[in-house]
Amino acid sequence: MPTATASLSEAEVAAIRADFPILGEHVNGHPLVYLDSAATAQKPLAVLDAEREFLLHRNAAVHRGAHTLAAEATEEFEDARATVSAFIGADADEVVWTSNATEALNLVAYALSNAATSPRYGTLAIRPGDELVTTEREHHANLIPWQQLAQRTGATLRYLPVDDNGSLRMDALDSVITDRTRILAFAHVSNVTGTVAPVAQLVARAHAVGALVVLDACQAVPHLPFDVRALGVDFAAFSGHKLYGPTGVGVLYGRRDLLAALPPFLTGGSMITTVTMEDAEFLPPPQRFEAGTQRVSQAIGLAAAVRYLQRVGMDRVAVHGRRLGERLASGLAEIPGVRVLGLGERVGLAGFDLAGVHAHDVGQFLDDRGIAVRVGHHCAQPLHRRLGVTASVRASVAMHTTDDEVEQFLAAVADAGRFFGVTGAMA
Amino acid sequence: MSSDFEALYQQLILDHAADPEGRGDVAGFQPQSHQINPTCGDEVTLGIRMDGDRIAEVRWEGQGCAISQASASLLAGIIGGTSTSDAHAFIDEFRTVMRSRGQLELSGERFGDAVALNGVSRYVARVKCAMLSWVALEQALAQLEQAPSASAPTAPSA
Repeated sequence: MPTATASLSEAEVAAIRADFPILGEHVNGHPLVYLDSAATAQKPLAVLDAEREFLLHRNAAVHRGAHTLAAEATEEFEDARATVSAFIGADADEVVWTSNATEALNLVAYALSNAATSPRYGTLAIRPGDELVTTEREHHANLIPWQQLAQRTGATLRYLPVDDNGSLRMDALDSVITDRTRILAFAHVSNVTGTVAPVAQLVARAHAVGALVVLDACQAVPHLPFDVRALGVDFAAFSGHKLYGPTGVGVLYGRRDLLAALPPFLTGGSMITTVTMEDAEFLPPPQRFEAGTQRVSQAIGLAAAVRYLQRVGMDRVAVHGRRLGERLASGLAEIPGVRVLGLGERVGLAGFDLAGVHAHDVGQFLDDRGIAVRVGHHCAQPLHRRLGVTASVRASVAMHTTDDEVEQFLAAVADAGRFFGVTGAMA
Repeated sequence: MSSDFEALYQQLILDHAADPEGRGDVAGFQPQSHQINPTCGDEVTLGIRMDGDRIAEVRWEGQGCAISQASASLLAGIIGGTSTSDAHAFIDEFRTVMRSRGQLELSGERFGDAVALNGVSRYVARVKCAMLSWVALEQALAQLEQAPSASAPTAPSA
């Protein structure tokens, strides 16, 4: 239980900060306050060192070549897969390396439509009359691939709406997810509000009607202990760079039997057994889905990030993030003109609107004090439209975020309100 | 507060953003152009009312940050009453200064109060905000030039 776990102490956070040299940067004359980890996390030295160490001493292409470096590189690459899969409660052959979470989600969507024309892997094919369900609060990366899959296959795309607070309308669950539903795709944690979806209830409904669950776990894996079997999801996607790892590497988890039943998305080298001029036989997963030269140093860097998190303890990272997230939300709510987006359980992330002040202007004000936040629609236009805002400001914490940084941020938002003349903030 | 920030958000910019000129219903203003900044979702629809070969009035509506709103407001004041060739010259000068990364400034004689936008060019990420309405004007003028007969007043498009 999270209540039994202590948050990170000041000394522990200080020790963590020493592993992130970028936090010593100054921006516009102020020490950097980095509250944009939900866009991309900073990387600890352990990650940079792991990549450099590999590139300096063992760099080679993997799964090909018989020379010593090729063998060492392949072993380290597969060790990285074992590390990352264990971190999410999966087996190594259920973890596919992708370039990022977007590619992971597209891989599932394209493999499902390719299944319709594949003689050997047709069982999961999406066909006209099938329904795909997503939600109104998705990142575009977990919306557009399903729109496109529906257009390619003649399936119908439906969505679970949200209420005025951006919470999923669970009262619509049974009417939206029916026995025609083949796929339910949703975000574990909203990248706009930071609130946690009722995963168990959603998974139970999807499985009750025989649908597969595709989880966008991008904002969950860096913040919460994450176990694919405990969650019961069929697929899960997340990016490495939001998990303190390098850019250019993402993860697709797929249940073993499902990956085995799917045809490839990308085809080419390294994913075949036998090739003739007419046809090809494919390797089993995960290599069936890893065509071409792989992102080796990035995968090794991601494994180093995972080991770093395991040393700190994901349960403690989660408590630290949740505590700071609550402070963000409660502190923002006290500022005149601020509307905090999202209600309920949240991770260390809060989005808000400042009445009458555009998010860009707020972001520029904060940047002038060295505070980095995300502004805009955060690749979630439908949710912003539903919440009645064109853009919002998002602050997201990391394991290295201090209480003092959160207070600096809150004071700066209050000052931004005064500077831009928010009604009620002038006193 | 840094001097760059103060130069970016001068009182005149904030005033124009709060009470902009030329903002209103664009129905009947032809041609029109709708521009969107895909990174932030800001948008503007700008229409012009021609009187012979002069731009009699600029009208716009949209949502955006203080910089984009003030820029559209100042545009309306500058462009109202100019010829299309003068408007093109203003657009070109404005774009050149905005893209100069703080190296160039708008001519006070020609741009008047819009010199308050000079500070934008130091903020590369905000140049698009300032340019949004100017690009809309440029696109509207391009439509005019593609269809010369459209210089007569036309009914609002569907």
